[in-house]
Amino acid sequence: MNRTPETIPALSVRNLKKSFGEKEVHRGVSFDLHEGEILGLFGGSGSGKSVILRSIIGLEHPDEGQILFQGRDLVPLSEKALFEVRTQISYVFQNGALFDSLTVEENLAYPLRAHTSLPDAEIHTRVDELLEMVDMKGANRLLPNELSGGMQKRAGFARSIILHPKIVLFDEPTAGLDPVNTGRLLKNILSFKKRGMTGIFVTHDIPAAFEICDRIAILNQGKIELVMSVEEMKNSGHVLVKSFTTGAHIR
Amino acid sequence: MNQARLNERIGFRVLSAARFAGGFGRLSAQTFSELISEPFPWRQTFQQCYFIGIESLLLVLMTGITTGSVMALQFGFGLARFGGTLYVPKITSLSILREMGPVFTSLLVAGRIGSGMASEIASMKVTQQIDAMRALGTSPIHRIVIPRMVACVIALPILTLLADYTALFGAMLISRFELNIGFPFFMAKILETITLADLFTGMAKTTVFAYFISIAACWKGLNTEGGTQGVGQTTTWVVVTSLIFIMIADFFLTKFFIITVFPKY
Repeated sequence: MNRTPETIPALSVRNLKKSFGEKEVHRGVSFDLHEGEILGLFGGSGSGKSVILRSIIGLEHPDEGQILFQGRDLVPLSEKALFEVRTQISYVFQNGALFDSLTVEENLAYPLRAHTSLPDAEIHTRVDELLEMVDMKGANRLLPNELSGGMQKRAGFARSIILHPKIVLFDEPTAGLDPVNTGRLLKNILSFKKRGMTGIFVTHDIPAAFEICDRIAILNQGKIELVMSVEEMKNSGHVLVKSFTTGAHIR
Repeated sequence: MNQARLNERIGFRVLSAARFAGGFGRLSAQTFSELISEPFPWRQTFQQCYFIGIESLLLVLMTGITTGSVMALQFGFGLARFGGTLYVPKITSLSILREMGPVFTSLLVAGRIGSGMASEIASMKVTQQIDAMRALGTSPIHRIVIPRMVACVIALPILTLLADYTALFGAMLISRFELNIGFPFFMAKILETITLADLFTGMAKTTVFAYFISIAACWKGLNTEGGTQGVGQTTTWVVVTSLIFIMIADFFLTKFFIITVFPKY
């Protein structure tokens, strides 16, 4: 098959295997993530959805398999080599994971100070712009413990995209949020999606996934069992799909 | 059954100790590697120097002055029975510089700073801040371990020096007002007795203690699991392990200095 730039995935996960002691979490996970799409990742609690994201960014080391990004396999890379990759693939933690000794501005400026030599004024401007985009204008000097859960997640999202990464990994970003804050966060993510953001969206929040994602992959028993578009999923009668969309019991 | 459980517990302890030894060695190697290969984290190191040095100052000075006072009192009244009160300046100054100053200061720092470091890093670990640091393409060793280790190694000997001075001052005050030993006599005897080697060997001990406290606290903090309960366990473990290390290492370091620096005694 002739590959054109459009058909080369932004990220390819190939036959990923991972065990924690006796527990086999991944038994050969494979999927592609295309440029400009957001891929939803569904699966039961403890099925290893977050472990896939953590493996992609190198926070977990897979036992076997390949994670191909820009033509190279990320699995064998050292921690130091992964630093550069992590400026291009970012991770949005479930609880925001803001540094609690730093203000919101310092948190957002952290990646810029670590990876760029921008002057303070430019960093300040970029932080302000991003805070405005995530509806947190004026929150620069607040500490994370002064923020609501929703604000912490939005600040975490802002920090993860401040370096303009190629891929953003969302680990249950709407978990624990009320509908208003969920709506705000989704609005923020959608606005970046319109600018071409590529990402993986791990969630249990079906309506949020339908709003944000282009395709959905379902992780079941350590493998990606189904990958389909959101429209196909809405109309699917597959028992596994039904179990997520209607809460029907899987046997 | 009891024997089996005992064996299991002993085995667990041995494995834990081996894991700590391996982890300590590995973290030390990574720390030195990043210390020479990466730009030095000046800002974080100054912050830690302030936290470890300045914020511990009052505690260390208070302990120094009371330790010196108590030693002068005890030696004064103890030696009076043998007519040896005049030896108080010699004995107290040597004890303070070689043992009491370094060991007491290190114990205080292990309690205050070791626990603070361990709980802070452990909290960062369980709230995924360490993962976030890595995910943002930065090294927790560079950002967390190096500043704490360097600050501890710088601050602890300086704190010890200050503790030594205040302890001698306390001893001098008590000698003057309780034992009728005048300031000039006390000072003359101190200068006659102590050498720079006494001062520096005491400070050298604290460098070893500081390195151990900081690396042990960082290693345990970075390997904390189990949520808030894990944070508590980490803090307790670091303090207890550091105290035990200081006591045991003090004996071997003292022996080492007696052989190498003070052979004439």
